[in-house]
Amino acid sequence: MAVAARPMAGDEEMAPSYRVRLEVNGKPYDAEVEGRTLLVHFLREDLGLTGTHIGCDTTNCGACTILLDGRPVKSCTILAVQADGRAIRTVEGLESDGKLHPVQDGFIEEHGLQCGFCTPGMMMTAVALLEKYPNPTEPQIRRAISGNLCRCTGYVNIVKAVEHAAQTMRGPKAGGKA
Amino acid sequence: MTVHGGIGQSIKRKEDARFVRGKGTYVDDVRLPGMLYLDIVRSPYAHATIRWINSEKALKVPGVLAVITGKDLEAAKLSWMPTLMSDRQMVLPVERVMYQAQEVAAVVAESRYAAADGVAAVEVEYEPLPAVVDPKKALEPGAPILRPDRKEQTNHIWHWEVGDRKATEKLLKECEVVVKQDLYIPRIVVASIETCGCVAQMDAAMGKLTVWMTTQAPHAIRTVFALVSGIPEHKIRVISPDIGGGFGGKVPVYPGYVLAVVAALKTGRPVKWIEDRSENIQADSFARDYHISAELGASKDGKIKALKVKTIADHGYTDAAANPSKFPAGLFHIITGSYPFEKAFVEVDGVYTNKPPGGIAYRCSFRVTEAAFTIERLVDILAHKLGIDPAELRKKNFIPPGAFPYESALGWTYDSGNYEAALKKAMDIIGYDALRKEQAEKRKHGDLMGIGISSFTEIVGAGPSRDFDILGLKMFDSCEIRIHPTGKVLARFGTKSQGQGHETTYAQILAEGLGISSDDIAVEEGDTDTAPYGLGTYASRSTPVAGAAAAKAAEKIREKGRLIAAHLLEVRPDDLEWKDHKFQVKGVAEKAKTMQEVAFAAYTNHPQGMEAGLEATSYYDPPNLTFPFGSYICVVDIDKETGQVNIRRFVAVDDCGTIINPMIVEGQIHGGLTMGLAPALLEEIQYDEQGNIQGGSFMDYLLPTAVETPKWETAKTTTPSPHHPLGAKGVGESATVGAPAAIVNAVVDALSHLGVVHIDIPITPWKVWKILQEKGAA
Repeated sequence: MAVAARPMAGDEEMAPSYRVRLEVNGKPYDAEVEGRTLLVHFLREDLGLTGTHIGCDTTNCGACTILLDGRPVKSCTILAVQADGRAIRTVEGLESDGKLHPVQDGFIEEHGLQCGFCTPGMMMTAVALLEKYPNPTEPQIRRAISGNLCRCTGYVNIVKAVEHAAQTMRGPKAGGKA
Repeated sequence: MTVHGGIGQSIKRKEDARFVRGKGTYVDDVRLPGMLYLDIVRSPYAHATIRWINSEKALKVPGVLAVITGKDLEAAKLSWMPTLMSDRQMVLPVERVMYQAQEVAAVVAESRYAAADGVAAVEVEYEPLPAVVDPKKALEPGAPILRPDRKEQTNHIWHWEVGDRKATEKLLKECEVVVKQDLYIPRIVVASIETCGCVAQMDAAMGKLTVWMTTQAPHAIRTVFALVSGIPEHKIRVISPDIGGGFGGKVPVYPGYVLAVVAALKTGRPVKWIEDRSENIQADSFARDYHISAELGASKDGKIKALKVKTIADHGYTDAAANPSKFPAGLFHIITGSYPFEKAFVEVDGVYTNKPPGGIAYRCSFRVTEAAFTIERLVDILAHKLGIDPAELRKKNFIPPGAFPYESALGWTYDSGNYEAALKKAMDIIGYDALRKEQAEKRKHGDLMGIGISSFTEIVGAGPSRDFDILGLKMFDSCEIRIHPTGKVLARFGTKSQGQGHETTYAQILAEGLGISSDDIAVEEGDTDTAPYGLGTYASRSTPVAGAAAAKAAEKIREKGRLIAAHLLEVRPDDLEWKDHKFQVKGVAEKAKTMQEVAFAAYTNHPQGMEAGLEATSYYDPPNLTFPFGSYICVVDIDKETGQVNIRRFVAVDDCGTIINPMIVEGQIHGGLTMGLAPALLEEIQYDEQGNIQGGSFMDYLLPTAVETPKWETAKTTTPSPHHPLGAKGVGESATVGAPAAIVNAVVDALSHLGVVHIDIPITPWKVWKILQEKGAA
């Protein structure tokens, strides 16, 4: 094994860093990041929010989906510096006051997850869908989650989970789906 | 009286509480103080001599600490490692690279990004060699010998055969009708959404190595590490934390794991290696890659008689199949399927090529999909040739329910089955007769609609130790139960869930066996320092093997519990019966003790002379495999303009014996069907003539999305396994095994009037469009 002939960390020539101020799950953060740091690595490694996962390197799988100013975004494909001044929501921000978000409940009730790896990204996409379309059709749900790959469930129960959540979010008075 | 969360209840999953909160712990979530990152330099060539490797520039990259090459490993006798198939595999090459994306060197750095920078700066000079890509050409005289390190100077690895060649050939000659078909089942990869990786940590003070690892078989890995590294086994701890999908891809030992361990030993700091998706697709174990030629003989009225199959198996540059059976082609000889062949013969030849090694399962136990696909395709080809409806032909030939246990022509003993019941149910649900009428009507107008059936027989639950082992380790599995004084339970298993919901299913088996709510039973797996030894989870073996161990361990608890209950009730043990999940005095229902009361007494008031505590462990070596089965019917419509196949309906009737949690079983079938659709219509790893992978990322390797995946319809029949303590057979893989043939049969059925007999998978729109052009049907 060839070993670097110099002291380890400390006296390295450091890459320039940038200041990033952003809000994650309602909490403000002020951090220094290397310019090339991907948002997903910033969330997972700098902020310790490991609920957002990494499943590919080509922006196909959607395991890293987060909400950026309310829109679902694959956090492996933007830089942390691009999130400066913006509001991010991750899976860790779904539960509030000890109460699960209806989408989280829906996934449990309808067995919409198995290994759980795609689940956070899948749920964030579902949250964004339901915030925009409270009463989605099945094809609408399927199209919305088509950028999120799941290898375990075959999607049938994920669709049901989103429908379950939609029903809950509309409330009992709104009645069933037309 | 039922116990809460007992067998047969669709209770919600325990593990979901952490997963929906993003609080699962997958390997990449493990972070240790001072942790380094390892990244890998990979070969751009499929076959090349390494002239030199220069690490100098890489070592000047800020943050890079070390570069490991094959020569470094050779010095430590670690450049090669053994495979499960008595072959050997490179950790890092010294002289030659054998496939594109093969590991060539490893860079260890302070950060993920610095490691990647280091990889980019390592210089390697290659001298390209001719690549051997086609396994048939690999066997031709004059083909470059890929493995000169072997005694046998040939690319032929092994020949394996089973059955009676002469008698089969004789019977085939006598058959009134013989159908022959070549089928290529292409190379695919499981591509679980979590890729592979590990964190290796050496505690120098205690001499203890801990590895957090994406593995489906932590105990077997620990033993292999001990044997290969020389580190005593009690000083190795393998932790398989939450696993983001396995499907067989997390059984093998990849070079990256070994490199991370080497780096941790060398640097004295924890080292993390996480492969990216492209590495996962290009270099990890593949599945399938079988070139099959099959002949099936029958009488002219459609009675199936003889089957002969010849196969070339492309294994890449080494036979590193994760196949724990004693058969080089796994369980491929389940190929006689659901039919009582009089004679059958199968031969398989393993061949080396310049491709990554593997031969793993892709959600089926060792070549079972290849087998089920082949037989279900051939039966359909026969039906079309004879002009007999494919459903009728199957019904005419099924092994009858009264024939079980059934000895197959190739030596398996099927435990139980009722094939016609499953097919009939599927036909009723989908409205088979009406669909055939609709199809006839549509054909008149030139519309392309097809109906495909697959009535498969699976073989799972590896396995009886006479036929299965990993480096001599017999394929039992285990359960350890500890009941605490307050009647709450901790149970540990030798398997490892990768999404199957073991924490829930096992708790249900124990709830039933112990009379304790599943809410009060915690299930743990995956830590070799705490769990009892087991061989892991693959081959749909968890419920058939570890589930049986759970039932047996609960039985042991009840045996001791009965003595304690007798002591508490002041009766003789023989006066008690286990009824309504309690120890009851026979005929006196109100005189009873619950398991919770017995547990408390086991620590506070046990009979004199008895040891305290209420614990039991069981290691279960199954007497036979289990044989789940099912009948699937698929209806497709084909767009004549684009060649696009649209799955209109898909009905799956599965029989996996006793069901522990119907919700989980249905979920397994949904997922399995989707991994059956994937190779049928979308997935294939292709290589060009130089051995360059064509599409080694998710941009080109297409997993089904929610848009391509139909709304699966499921139903069940229940034929318990007679030899399993609970009657359960295992279900995780059935649908992946059964589905491809149903889909392909439907597509071919839609085109059969044009003279189409077979289309190799994946059936892409391009392939269908070309056929329609050729046949003038577009």
